[in-house]
Amino acid sequence: MGYLLTGLGSVVLIALPLFVGSYFVTILISILYYAYLSGCWNILGGYAGQLSLGHAAFFGIGAYTSSLLFMKWQISPWLSMWVGALLAMCFGLFMGSLSFRFGLRGFYFVLVTWAFAELLRLITLSLDVLGGPTGIFISYKTSPWQFQFSSKVPYYYIILGLVALELFISYKIEGSKLGFYLKAIRENELAAEGSGVPTTRYKLMAVVISAFLTALGGTFYAQYLRYMDPETTMGVSLSVEIMIRAMVGGSGTLIGPFVGSFILTPLSELSRTYFTKGGLEGLPLIIYGSVLILIVLFLPQGVGTWMMEKLAGYRNKS
Amino acid sequence: MRTLLLQALVSGLLMGGVYSLMAVGLTLIFGVMKVVNFAHGDMMMLGMAVSYWLFTLAGIDPYLSIPVSIFLLFSLGFLIQRVLINPILHAPEHMQILMTLGVSLVLVNSALLFWGPNVRSVTTRYSLQTLWIGEIVLDLPRLVAFLFALLFTFLLHVLLRKTELGKAIRASADNPEAALLMGIEVHRIYPISFGIGAACVGAAGSLIIPFYDFTPHVGLPFTIVAFTIIIFGGMGSLLGALIGGLLVGVAESVGAILLSSALKSVVSITLLVLVLLFKPKGLFGK
Repeated sequence: MGYLLTGLGSVVLIALPLFVGSYFVTILISILYYAYLSGCWNILGGYAGQLSLGHAAFFGIGAYTSSLLFMKWQISPWLSMWVGALLAMCFGLFMGSLSFRFGLRGFYFVLVTWAFAELLRLITLSLDVLGGPTGIFISYKTSPWQFQFSSKVPYYYIILGLVALELFISYKIEGSKLGFYLKAIRENELAAEGSGVPTTRYKLMAVVISAFLTALGGTFYAQYLRYMDPETTMGVSLSVEIMIRAMVGGSGTLIGPFVGSFILTPLSELSRTYFTKGGLEGLPLIIYGSVLILIVLFLPQGVGTWMMEKLAGYRNKS
Repeated sequence: MRTLLLQALVSGLLMGGVYSLMAVGLTLIFGVMKVVNFAHGDMMMLGMAVSYWLFTLAGIDPYLSIPVSIFLLFSLGFLIQRVLINPILHAPEHMQILMTLGVSLVLVNSALLFWGPNVRSVTTRYSLQTLWIGEIVLDLPRLVAFLFALLFTFLLHVLLRKTELGKAIRASADNPEAALLMGIEVHRIYPISFGIGAACVGAAGSLIIPFYDFTPHVGLPFTIVAFTIIIFGGMGSLLGALIGGLLVGVAESVGAILLSSALKSVVSITLLVLVLLFKPKGLFGK
């Protein structure tokens, strides 16, 4: 049943741009892009249970690295995105080893991830060589070799591919030794340590994978919007947006981030459209906040998990 | 340069007093219920709003409207705890974060919806008055805010140490099961504690409106500062919140002088990281 739905869903998503207009494609790109980022977050925050409020840092490193390498030395983002991902990985390793070595968990870990991301943002803000507060504009070349396209559709397929990649990696993690160890760490870290799980090493693995993938998303964003600044790319609001989609959909599950993004992203996009209308400013975000509250009260396991439970229920009945 | 630093120290201390009041409210909420209250700064924003509207519509001086904001924010905090947070007290941490985030979004955007995004300020007769001590200038409203903040912190201390309610709150914070066994209605104490925490931060809002401009989004930086402070000072420690608030105020002020205004948080954030790594219980933590 699950395979059927996945197959159907994939076909629909792949064929969609052929049937819908440009505005729809833009919304879908937003949804998929957040789904991708929260999926990456999910590897560390969901599977390993290490909540990160600093994922915007990895994202920003990816975006800035590829953009700076492109603007200064004309290196194609297709190449430099891997550099960005590697740098994000190192940053993650640095932050992770420092935090885990000092035994930071739960809320303390959340704070330290936020602190690192915020420091990175402030440093980027103050260094003019990195663009400073005005950010970086990427010159418009529309060359596919430079990861730029004039139509939205290629971007759609790229982000769809990234989502597929992230889902595949998460799926593989779920069934592997890494996945089981992470789950053990998430459920009860002390017990896991006592059982002989090398917790620090596996947590670092989760950080590294998560950071690497998130940074790739950063490059995508840079090439899609062709503009970035420290606040939007490394700010805490981005980290929050990434985090809550996974939580709303069900953290630690495969489809959680996906479902979460499908619910929350249209809501926040609506708010952006209304912003220009005046009058009803803020209303969609009020709904957004209320959705969060209602989910916590009534569906704390996450919407995606709830859906799967429902489906499993039907299967058991027949 | 020396005068500049001294000035920064003094201004930082004054602002730090207000930070302390905010942090004291948060340490109560976090210390008693272990809830990460993302909406803390937004409750302060509402306190500012109360005083702003009372001043603009009825000409009531912000300092006189403090009792009103205390009462209103206490009620709000009480309700939020009772209706939204009590059910999820035993839920995993990330669910609590999600909840208070949702509350924050609703509060900020309701303010946005009703009052618009414009910056609003309150100017009273004394808003621009200053006091000179030697070469150092003190902003009168900031000085008053500082003094009031210290007063409220002291009152809270008395409440917690000398009254039955205070003892019940501390007991519920230390060991809820034992408190229940002792006959303390812990599930009634929680909303009261949250209410008190909200009242603190509402009062802080009223105190700063004479010199700090109001927008619906003004809350988030303060929430972050409050969390930084309670980590420094140690969660659940009133003294820690007080000292921590003053420290952070000074750190920011000095940071603004030494680095730049945009980078003023770098000092306090770096200190936060160091505290997290080496002394996560904070300076006065239990």
